[in-house]
Amino acid sequence: MTQPSRGGEYDVAVIGGGLVGSALAWGLARSGQKVAMLDEGDIAVRPSRGNFALVWVQGKGLGMPEYAGWTKQSSDDWSGFADLLREQTGLDVAYRRPGGFMPMLSEEDLQARANTMMRLHNQPDMIRYPYEVMDRETLRKELPFIGPDVVGGTYCPLDGHCNSLRLLRTLHKGIGMLGVDYRPNHRVERIEHRDGGFRMSTAGGEIRAGKIVLAAGHDSARLSPMVGLSAPVRPQRGHVIVTEKTAPFLHHPTVYVRQTDEGGVMIGDSFEETGFDTTLQPGISSAIAERAIRFFPLLGKLNVVRSWAALRVLTPDGFPIYEESKTAPGAFVATCHSGVTLAANHALTLAPLIAAGGLGDRFAPFSARRFHVPQAA
Amino acid sequence: MSAQGSKFDFDIAVVGSGPAGLAAAALAASKGASVVLLDEQTEPGGQIYRAVTETPVRDRKVLGPDYWHGAELLGPLRDSGAVHWPGSTVWSVARPREDGPDGERRIQIGLSRNGAAAMLTVRHVILATGALERPFPIPGWTLPGVLGAGAAQVLLKTSGLVPSGATVMAGSGPLLWLLAWQYLQAGARIDAILDTTPKQNWRAALPLLPGFLRSPYLGKGMKLMLEVRRKLTVIGNVTALRAEGGLAGEGVLKSVVYTRNGTEHRLPADTLLLHQGVVPNLNLANATGCAQRWDEQQRCWRPTTDEWGATSVEGVSLAGDGAGIGGARAAEEAGRLAALDALHRLGRIGREQRDQSAAPFRAALDRALTGRAFLDTLYTPAEAFRVPADDTIVCRCEEITAGAVREAVRLGCSGPNQAKSFLRCGMGPCQGRLCGPTVTEVIAAERGVSPAEVGYYRLRPPVKPITLAELAALPKTDADIDAVFKH
Amino acid sequence: MFRRLPEIETAAEKVSFTIDGRPAKARAGDSVAAALLANGVTACRNTPVSGAARGPYCMMGVCFDCLVTIDGTGNRQGCQVRVAPGMAVETQNGKREVER
Repeated sequence: MTQPSRGGEYDVAVIGGGLVGSALAWGLARSGQKVAMLDEGDIAVRPSRGNFALVWVQGKGLGMPEYAGWTKQSSDDWSGFADLLREQTGLDVAYRRPGGFMPMLSEEDLQARANTMMRLHNQPDMIRYPYEVMDRETLRKELPFIGPDVVGGTYCPLDGHCNSLRLLRTLHKGIGMLGVDYRPNHRVERIEHRDGGFRMSTAGGEIRAGKIVLAAGHDSARLSPMVGLSAPVRPQRGHVIVTEKTAPFLHHPTVYVRQTDEGGVMIGDSFEETGFDTTLQPGISSAIAERAIRFFPLLGKLNVVRSWAALRVLTPDGFPIYEESKTAPGAFVATCHSGVTLAANHALTLAPLIAAGGLGDRFAPFSARRFHVPQAA
Repeated sequence: MSAQGSKFDFDIAVVGSGPAGLAAAALAASKGASVVLLDEQTEPGGQIYRAVTETPVRDRKVLGPDYWHGAELLGPLRDSGAVHWPGSTVWSVARPREDGPDGERRIQIGLSRNGAAAMLTVRHVILATGALERPFPIPGWTLPGVLGAGAAQVLLKTSGLVPSGATVMAGSGPLLWLLAWQYLQAGARIDAILDTTPKQNWRAALPLLPGFLRSPYLGKGMKLMLEVRRKLTVIGNVTALRAEGGLAGEGVLKSVVYTRNGTEHRLPADTLLLHQGVVPNLNLANATGCAQRWDEQQRCWRPTTDEWGATSVEGVSLAGDGAGIGGARAAEEAGRLAALDALHRLGRIGREQRDQSAAPFRAALDRALTGRAFLDTLYTPAEAFRVPADDTIVCRCEEITAGAVREAVRLGCSGPNQAKSFLRCGMGPCQGRLCGPTVTEVIAAERGVSPAEVGYYRLRPPVKPITLAELAALPKTDADIDAVFKH
Repeated sequence: MFRRLPEIETAAEKVSFTIDGRPAKARAGDSVAAALLANGVTACRNTPVSGAARGPYCMMGVCFDCLVTIDGTGNRQGCQVRVAPGMAVETQNGKREVER
């Protein structure tokens, strides 16, 4: 059987239909690639359906200034990204950038937070951005509903949020309009690198593509070694609570509490190393609720209508992995736990590079090789 | 120290005080188990026997003898020693991460009572959550003045209220005829009954008629229906329905438009009572993680249970209509069977004793289920009323139309959970109770596959809203607090 | 529109409460939703999504269409709360306010 040397049915197959996969598929299709997006079915581990929807900058990247810069770039591009999506699909993903707060409940925590922000910005090669450490009175002018336990907090004007479920839907609508072949119920079982292309055995039959992008979240850990890549990610569980729709009252997102464009108040979150178990723990929801009420006592009267536990896709250092395979060129992996914040980058910066054929030196720090260096004693 | 004997620890919790719950709690407690019966309502009876202790409708012929049978379940409950906590909303049933300090397996029940949340621990839970009316999505079903027939019956039982002004009933199923009969007894006005039972259902059901005629209970329903048909205007073969409001469809119900033999007719209406059968109220079982299956005959999801009502989750069983529609009498017997099995699992009775004691209940259950297949077949709602046209709202909370669900399918949503995240259908306070069956069927029809393949919403606690303050006041372990604060 | 069966209307113990500030009467034991319907109030709120009018639909606590403000607390299920003497029931317009 004859095949084009670097060919197959698709230029690129994106494996994973969550926020990372669909943002990449959207960007790849806009770059003129013929794209297939392979996804699992209705019930799957889907962090994209459970996240907190912040487009967040402050505090990220201590230990990897390149990640801080990457995050800031996405935040700066997000507004244009949202406009492109709206022009294309008619859907508004409700991106707002009113600046975000991290309120603190003790002077000790506030001091630690201030130190973290300072250390972050003192890193070599750090692209600095404005932020403020606020005392209680300053904070209260911006967030009038804070409770008596709040001693102050940090503020960053770059922080914002969006409607992340609508983002997922909008990207899916957008890729459909761009001609991406979306294939749900196509869990990838095996990938073979052959004749300069890739063959994937899936639950829905074989798919061939010249390039592949692993954006499968947790499943990238399983798939990466098949093409000489590595994605040592683990699930970290986080509980989230959401209240009934409420008239707008909270005009800035905070790390723990934000009001959605639809009116519900989202309240997070927890950090649990419990594998793939997504069973809710009432005690953890309770602790989250109690903290939120300390921040904003008036939340206590609101009704909780839903809660869930989602699984963050975490690398050992918490930073993303972006890498092309050395042994199977054309195979890329993209994994992060900030699929909302980084969506603009994935769509507008990363996808065109993959379409063009390579990531370049800028992405060297994001290689998974950083996890393989022997520990210096 | 064992928590057993404390105010918040019991051998068995029964959730729901309809026929299944009342019978289960009474039997289990009478055999010496510590039992708590939890129910959201302030009085026992569930929906079928709603307000049976206090209904203002004292003329017994209005609500009929089947209703008053419910009162007979209350004596045994009182005598059994079961603790009855009415006004208690169960919002969560879960296995905790660790077993109790005594090594005993416990199940945690999240409960809201008098505005305060509490956690109970039990060794076994029997969910007797009953049924709710199958959604009846027609254009205009969200207008004020349109209610479920079951809702109207609750108004009659609890408050002696009947419709006034122009009243139309529409749909199919035993409850519709029972309510019409009760209204007749009470002297209430009904302008018309629009019967949506598909003509071809009679053909399909006919072979099952002999079984139905053997039923000691269901034959009475036939008599009711015949009396209603004799005394009221019943319009059959209705194939389309819509409710209309005032100007531009705003405001409250003004008229009902129906199609019969291809022709549209309009009736003025102040009240429209809709009904097309009932489906299991499975939110709590689903959120507890109980496996469920699609029942093609009843066209609904039902939790998977064995012959004792045991679910796929250890220590959790189901009894009554919540496990599949069988009616009040069947629910009662299923409650007793579940109670016997729970007693056996808790080591209070041996297998042999369980099986022996179960024999009469099982026989009674079989009797109660006689003829059910006929009813299920006859009253399977027409597809037009299960899979509505594009402009019809299916999710009342988020106001999502059938057309929007179909568009999500075209975007690649293969099931209700992805559709939910795309559209918010099922995300409102009712948590999919009023749209779940419809969304599954719309997706199935659009994809051309069985609802079994499409699946159902995956639900999470709280299955009923509780306030954030209630949630915040629950007990927490150090690990719980660390998971939130230590990061 | 709903009316009380005559024999019940005459025998009933009455409860006085208010609907949007107007005095109203119910039968002791009525749920708030039943009391609204008995007083001719068919629509009890406008939805937070489209603003469409809604009224009680299921009367058994599952549909959340009978949400009203009761004694200053928004989004209460009218069919799950019994009307009490002096209770202030208010119809709701759209989203609940956080402070009530």
